[in-house]
Amino acid sequence: MTPADALSQPALWPLTAIVFLPALVAAVLSLPIIPKAREEAIRWIALATTAVVFVLSLWMAWPGLFGARGPAQFTVGEPGMQLVVSRPWIPSFNIEYLLGVDGISMPLVVLTTFLSMLACAASWPITKHIKAYHVLFLLLETGMLGVFVSLDFFLFYVFWEVMLLPMYFLIGIWGGPRREYAAIKFFLYTLLGSVLMLIAILMLYFTSDLRMLSPEQLVASHAAVDAAAARQITEATEPVHTFNLLALAELGQLKNSPFAAASIRGVSLEVWAFLLLLIGFVIKVPVVPVHTWLPDAHVEAPTPISMILAGVLLKLGGYGILRICYPICPGGGLALAWLVCGLGVVSMVYGAFAALAQKDFKRMVAYSSVSHMGYVMLGLGVWSAVGANGFDPDYWAQGVNGAMFQMLAHGFSSAGMFFMVGVLYDRVHHRNLEEFGGIFNRMPVYASLAVAVFFAGLGLPGLCGFIGEVLVTLSAWNYSRWLAVISAFTVILTAAYILWAIQRVYLGAEYKGPDGDHLTPMTGRELAIATPLVFLAILFGVAPQLLFNYVTPTVNRQVETLAAWTREVHPDFPGQPALAPAASAASTAPARALAED
Amino acid sequence: MDLGTLVSGTLTDTIDVSVPLFRTELAIAASVVIVLLCRMLPVLRWLDSGVVALGGAAFALAYAWADFQAAGSVRQELFGGLLVFDSLTASIRVLLAGFLVLYLMFTRISGIPDREDAADFSALVLGATLGMCLMASANHLLMVFMAVEMASVPSYALAGFLKGRKASSEAALKYAVYGAGAAGIMLYGISLLGGVTGSFHLPTMAVEIGRIVAAGGDGKVLVLVLGGLMLAVGLAFKLSAVPFHFWCPDVFEGAAAEVGAFLSVASKAAAVALTLRIVFGLGTLPAGVVDADAAAGLADARHFMVYLVGGMAAITCTLGNLAAYGQTNMKRLLAYSTVAHAGYLMMGVAAATALAGVHPANARQAVSALTFYLATYLFMNLAAFAIVAVLRNRLRSEEIAAYAGLVRTSPGMVVAAAVVLVSLIGLPPLAGFIAKFLVFSSLVQAITLTSERPLMLVLLVIGGINTVISLFYYLRVLKVMTFDPPAEDHYVEPPSAVSLAGWYITAVAVPVVVFGILWSGLYDFAQMAGTFAS
Repeated sequence: MTPADALSQPALWPLTAIVFLPALVAAVLSLPIIPKAREEAIRWIALATTAVVFVLSLWMAWPGLFGARGPAQFTVGEPGMQLVVSRPWIPSFNIEYLLGVDGISMPLVVLTTFLSMLACAASWPITKHIKAYHVLFLLLETGMLGVFVSLDFFLFYVFWEVMLLPMYFLIGIWGGPRREYAAIKFFLYTLLGSVLMLIAILMLYFTSDLRMLSPEQLVASHAAVDAAAARQITEATEPVHTFNLLALAELGQLKNSPFAAASIRGVSLEVWAFLLLLIGFVIKVPVVPVHTWLPDAHVEAPTPISMILAGVLLKLGGYGILRICYPICPGGGLALAWLVCGLGVVSMVYGAFAALAQKDFKRMVAYSSVSHMGYVMLGLGVWSAVGANGFDPDYWAQGVNGAMFQMLAHGFSSAGMFFMVGVLYDRVHHRNLEEFGGIFNRMPVYASLAVAVFFAGLGLPGLCGFIGEVLVTLSAWNYSRWLAVISAFTVILTAAYILWAIQRVYLGAEYKGPDGDHLTPMTGRELAIATPLVFLAILFGVAPQLLFNYVTPTVNRQVETLAAWTREVHPDFPGQPALAPAASAASTAPARALAED
Repeated sequence: MDLGTLVSGTLTDTIDVSVPLFRTELAIAASVVIVLLCRMLPVLRWLDSGVVALGGAAFALAYAWADFQAAGSVRQELFGGLLVFDSLTASIRVLLAGFLVLYLMFTRISGIPDREDAADFSALVLGATLGMCLMASANHLLMVFMAVEMASVPSYALAGFLKGRKASSEAALKYAVYGAGAAGIMLYGISLLGGVTGSFHLPTMAVEIGRIVAAGGDGKVLVLVLGGLMLAVGLAFKLSAVPFHFWCPDVFEGAAAEVGAFLSVASKAAAVALTLRIVFGLGTLPAGVVDADAAAGLADARHFMVYLVGGMAAITCTLGNLAAYGQTNMKRLLAYSTVAHAGYLMMGVAAATALAGVHPANARQAVSALTFYLATYLFMNLAAFAIVAVLRNRLRSEEIAAYAGLVRTSPGMVVAAAVVLVSLIGLPPLAGFIAKFLVFSSLVQAITLTSERPLMLVLLVIGGINTVISLFYYLRVLKVMTFDPPAEDHYVEPPSAVSLAGWYITAVAVPVVVFGILWSGLYDFAQMAGTFAS
């Protein structure tokens, strides 16, 4: 690369370092330079790496935190894609090393680096094959961060898949008794989803044609460096295909979108692609009925990996839907809004009831994730709803903002909950809810922190879980009152299972279960992990604008763009669904009727 | 034309045109002769036949590479139209010769064959490779038959190379009987096709087939279909496509892992190239011929071929993957994996055929995808069999169960195995993913551009589902290596820290990673291979 590139793309090295530093350290660790026996050294190296990556991402996300603002730092409040890095990778397929962050991905990147650091610190109780564990852990971090920052669909897919193998081994080697089953189940579900995603990617790629975009759009979506390059594209004789997510979104939102024009078996490609991508992403979220890998994986995984799974991996699904499904296939989103919302509400209710029924503490927390991620789906789904509000994007924006907040809040609270369960498990080696009780008396500091985290998960006002849920529920009202009512009632179920769990575990007179004499107070390391999580759960509950400052501008702009798209391309949508596969028209009918009265 | 001009014309054609483009094969042939002489003449006893073979292979590779660079979009018929030199010939030769070099090194490291048998082994391998080079360049049905036989007969002997072992002899016999049957059927098909069209020269036949199909009516089309099906049997045998794959697992299990590597990589590459030769040769009009009738007839012929190849691909892929699931022997598992990969490759062939003649530029991409696939497959399978061979030498077993807990004793080997097996599943960032991605790309192109849409859609979905199925059995091997505790009573020779075999496996596994990330260069190579299609 030339110095000029470094100047025009100041984020090249910082972003690259954030993504690839863990992988680099993993590669170095895997060499026989450091003997296996130096376990402490390996642990500290891994922890230091995650800490450096966290500080780097925080420096990037929080301009002015460490002195004057640099060119490679994020501008809060700017809705568009920032700090874009673009290098050619495979020219014959127009595949680029294209990275960037905006208000949606930046907070998720920081969440990932933060939780990775905490999870790495939480890995101290791991005693088996330390070196392999940390190598895989760092590779996993690279995969997760890569997904959040890549703007090239091919690159995105590569990172998406890179996460699978480390996760498989992390669950399969360091997990609980049924680890092998859980590991292969996780792998299988995700791979099925990603194969469908690959098919959708290829379909979109070969249908896309950059020549349909104006030179301004090409430059704005980073498909061309400057006007000259853009002209070269528009004057090409052959179709110019692209993997660029921003350019694909521009194409998808054209009035004569190529994805809407192409059709397979009478249904337009944008609906097919939306569906295939959605399946790929909701498996990760996960929603009922493809959630069954989650309780197994979460329960069998070691504590730090459960934290990562719940805190970050589930968000990848929601992020994918928000970043890819809707902008690129808005028509599909419009036609299938009922599906997304319906899946959300079903997961919400099912997850809550399932959590109520659990005897295993960790399994209960796992099902609570299913329930909480249901809110995310509902919030994203109401987005497409237009109803009688005359294309008013306010409710959509509210729903999506709520979903984004819910994702971030759940990242802190669920990681916290899994950690709290892990602390207990490390001491008494069981997780049976029926055999706990009286922990408050034995470990007061731990119990108060744990109760705070569980309250955050419950969605108590003043804690981070509340904001997202309330925004989503409110926004759903204008889409379908029934769904809104159901989601509001789910809060009661949530309260029931969490309060019941708190009662059974922390309250009560005394601990009667096995290994009672091992209930020692929290160690300093454990406190250092738990305290920041509790602090942030409270902080974001009291001052949600700290996150909304990042999220809202980007979400609002995306929503407004799509509202304008709906108004232009489907002006008659509430009356006469234009994309109209008969089934979807029939299914949206009740929702519409409700919204109109 | 008098005899004099005929002779001088033939001489000019042979000496000035054909032989210079045939030097790769000549180099291989010469090394076969020298290797055999080494064994016979006491004067040459001091020569190490392995080194001679390796030298010959290196020469062949150098020539193949030089020819490849000069190939461009040249299409030159050699020896009066029996062979053709074009970008496909040139690139497959590079692959074969390159494989030969790596393979001969591998056999020297792994210790099968021993020094006593090395000369025979090398001669057989070189001879078979010669046949495979001819398969890639055949332009005449007689040559097709000869090349297939030339590649097969040494392979039968290789399969039985472990002379003392019953399983090995049985494998050889089974292979030979199957091979003879398939060859007979293929020869019958060839005679039918030749009889109807009046020629064995592929381009001439294509024009004639086009006209016959366009005219329709009489029984000639039926005979063509019958001939085509019989020809397909011979090809399917070489490709180990279902339902002509039965020899494959038995031969792989019975023969040494070294032989498995040769059959799975070189034989497959040649078979795919030959299939491309035939579908493109018989399915498209030769350049310069303008004949609307024949073109319309050939479109029908291609339609037939697409369904034949595509249908077989779907069955091959699915059956291979399902059958691999139950295997307990590593070589048998790899045999079924080979069958499954033949299925993916045939999907690519079907897509290329569908695009041929309609969208030449896209057909070219489809052929490039196949070449890329073959190139990555070379490294993946060579590494896989090398691992099997090294572990066999150490553990004295090829059962998957014997690999239990291997990660404790030789983590490096397990990492290499993980790279190879995950690449065979087709997960990024490994080369196997790119190969699959490219083949699926050509299927999608065939969906968007051609009238074969329904079949291509089905193939795409089947290919995707198969990827998920294949996850099970490849991961099971990794699971045994990593998760399972080592067997208590099993004696394991402690691995030496730095071994030649270790370095070799590293050397073949590293490209699997590198071509998964930086695949631009390899794709450019593959694109050159596709030039002939456009």
